[in-house]
Amino acid sequence: MNKSITGTALLVLLLALVPLAGSRYLIYLVTEIQIFALFALSFNLLLGYGGLISFGHAAWFSIGAYASAILLTTLGWPFLLAFPAAVAVTALAAALIGYFCVKLTEIYFSMLTLAFGQLVWAIAFKWVSVTGGDTGFIGVAVPEFLDSPVRFFYFSLCVVLLCATVLWVIVRSAYGMTLVATRENRNRAEFIGVNVRRVQLVAFTLAGTFAGVAGALFTVFNHSVFVETAWWSTSAEVMIMSILGGVGSFVGPVIGAAVLIFLDRTVTEYTQYWPSVMGVILLAVLFFMPTGIAGFLNRRRGGTRR
Amino acid sequence: MFDNPVLLFIQLMNGLSLGMNLFIISSGLTLILGVLRVLNFAHGAFFMLGGYVCFTLVGAFDMSPMGFWLAVIGSALALGALAWIIERLMLRHLYHRDHLYQLLFTYALVLLIGDLVKVGWGSSVLSVSFPPGLDGATNLGVAYYPSYRLLLCVIGVLVGLGLWYFVNRTRAGRLVRAARQDREMLESLGINVGRIYLWVFVAGSAIAGMGGALAAPAIALAPGMDAEIVVECFIIAIIGGLGSLGGAFLGSLILGLLNAFGVLLIPEFEIVLIYLMMVLVLLIRPWGLLGKPEAGYR
Amino acid sequence: MSVLTINDLGMNFSGFQALDGISLTLQEGERHAILGPNGAGKTTFFNCLTGQIIPTRGVVSYKGRRITGLSPSRIVRRGIGRSFQRINIYPQMSVFENVQVAMIAHEGMSFRLFRKAEALFREETLQMLELVNLTEDETVTAGLMSYGKQKQLELAIALCSEPELLLLDEPTAGMSPQETLDSIALIADIAEQRQLTLLFTEHDMHVVFTIADRISVLHHGELVASGTPQEIRANDDVRTIYLGGYADDAA
Repeated sequence: MNKSITGTALLVLLLALVPLAGSRYLIYLVTEIQIFALFALSFNLLLGYGGLISFGHAAWFSIGAYASAILLTTLGWPFLLAFPAAVAVTALAAALIGYFCVKLTEIYFSMLTLAFGQLVWAIAFKWVSVTGGDTGFIGVAVPEFLDSPVRFFYFSLCVVLLCATVLWVIVRSAYGMTLVATRENRNRAEFIGVNVRRVQLVAFTLAGTFAGVAGALFTVFNHSVFVETAWWSTSAEVMIMSILGGVGSFVGPVIGAAVLIFLDRTVTEYTQYWPSVMGVILLAVLFFMPTGIAGFLNRRRGGTRR
Repeated sequence: MFDNPVLLFIQLMNGLSLGMNLFIISSGLTLILGVLRVLNFAHGAFFMLGGYVCFTLVGAFDMSPMGFWLAVIGSALALGALAWIIERLMLRHLYHRDHLYQLLFTYALVLLIGDLVKVGWGSSVLSVSFPPGLDGATNLGVAYYPSYRLLLCVIGVLVGLGLWYFVNRTRAGRLVRAARQDREMLESLGINVGRIYLWVFVAGSAIAGMGGALAAPAIALAPGMDAEIVVECFIIAIIGGLGSLGGAFLGSLILGLLNAFGVLLIPEFEIVLIYLMMVLVLLIRPWGLLGKPEAGYR
Repeated sequence: MSVLTINDLGMNFSGFQALDGISLTLQEGERHAILGPNGAGKTTFFNCLTGQIIPTRGVVSYKGRRITGLSPSRIVRRGIGRSFQRINIYPQMSVFENVQVAMIAHEGMSFRLFRKAEALFREETLQMLELVNLTEDETVTAGLMSYGKQKQLELAIALCSEPELLLLDEPTAGMSPQETLDSIALIADIAEQRQLTLLFTEHDMHVVFTIADRISVLHHGELVASGTPQEIRANDDVRTIYLGGYADDAA
């Protein structure tokens, strides 16, 4: 326990020192990793803890991204109002759509989340006057105090750390344990008096909300939103990040996001065939490291899975 | 617009031919979904690859009048063979695992086949010419309609009838239906369920390849064309009911017609309409229009 | 005082009459066994009582209040506990957590997002484990234990909701003779201590006649007899069902 606190503190310190290296490329890379780490963490609340295979997680990321872009630029709200409002919009949307999704289970749940995810994409794609459609939402009014890579780096670091802490507390909570119980045995959970659907709905809403935070950060990071983000392949990618890192551990998805984003940026420098590289990595994980990097390391250290 | 009967008729035909083309592809997926229970994202990639293989084979058989049809058969065989290799080498090792792993496996295939197409055929748009004799239009009384698309409708119906006969009237088909319902039961009867899975996956993929080849003259071949088609196939399989051939037929028709007339009704938002329909079906009848509710559904 | 009142319960699965006009009243402290050959409708009967299936006919009342149509989780919170024929635990969680999470649910804390689980109800959980003789297995991963111990664990989980009525579906199915004996003793003991009303199905006649003070016999979805063990032993219909069963099927 103490070891992991020390480890986390060291990691945070190391992250805080990144901008001092003076490399703009590195700053961008690490900022992006932070954002996707949060995205993957939010996803793993559903997959790893709730056992819910959502295939529409891109929807929450994009709703957060578009909402913040629209609030900041189209409506001209001040950032400190627009950012939380964008997150609130995402939370509401996730609660509403989640209400319908948790009525279904297994393959049907996956399909319904996919359908809703694609619905969000279709609306973003076609509602050109609001979202910019195919061209994307360009020129987001980013507030001055965040309009520098270094300052935004620290801002996103703070936000992501805060969210990760909240998620960490949640998965260790009475609720978190109940969520795991619903994953382990839905029927039994029902028969200790747990309203399983409501537990899943809370998980769905929380996961959507934190994905919305990640999306809103991504908007400010890019100064724009692109409709491709809402396409189902983004949902597949966040799933790959989680599996690659390891869904059985809290930090797994963070590792997965870091590795995947780093490889993406590095490999694309040399070849256009990044998808193949990702495909091969995925196959390797599926066949040789089913518990992901975190699970693999844990086993090497002789630790057990919680 | 709606006072123009010729236009309406043309749109109707467009809807039907698109629907039948979709049916040819999604009937394969529906078989796989029903029996293997794998959300097979690679189905679109197999479709795309079928189109490209057809392109190459048509070039190889060049002058022969039957060239195109041989190429279609060749594509189906090629994709069936590829599926056989994939199943034997990899997929079968994942059956006992969570269906998330199977799903991600098929996504890995999507990534690899996408790049394979880029390496093999380049990134530019390719097209396959109509088979000889079918490049014109046929007079249907009300209007002229492209002959090849008419033929697609006929082929779609034939494929549907063929599959229906196979599933409902042959011994192998009976096994497939049984595997759809109760795997354990079959195993306890000493039947090799693994073999059924293999051949269903091979057949489903071969159908996807054939669908790609048949569609090739009517559409443009380009990398990335698989991403949309696979979602459309999922929509059809869901609307119709997992594993229900009749459902896939109905779903394909609905999707084709919705596409054709949605364009007339709400030109910008027809695609929203399609996803909305999928959502509605899942909410009201998650087991699909022609499927049966699974035991224990509450 | 009657705890459970079942009035004209019927369940029809699209044409197949699984349960037909069952009426039964359970008195407080009663240990009531449901007997019946395979396929008699015992599990369906239980599922109708605990809300997994909504019966097509009839009313079930618990302590004078109607429970038909409620979800399982709400029925559990009214005070009915249940164990299953197939083992129903959380296989990847530790034995301790299996019970702890049930405690959390019972205390209505399942939705506490910021309340650390680890420290909650430690005492109560340990007491419960002691009650079912699993103290030494506290840290074991539940799914790795023997069959008999998993059944004990499931009993502990069911008891966490402090039920006054406990439904046990084949509590000794799949157990060795020794495990069966131990588990009957345990169940009888707990029922005594906690003044539980028991309703259970069982295939083992010996178990039934040891524990039950009343027995009902279910056959083809109908209640053919109900009475004390002596009455049931003497009942001709019951003899026909159990002894003449083969002749019956062949005909």
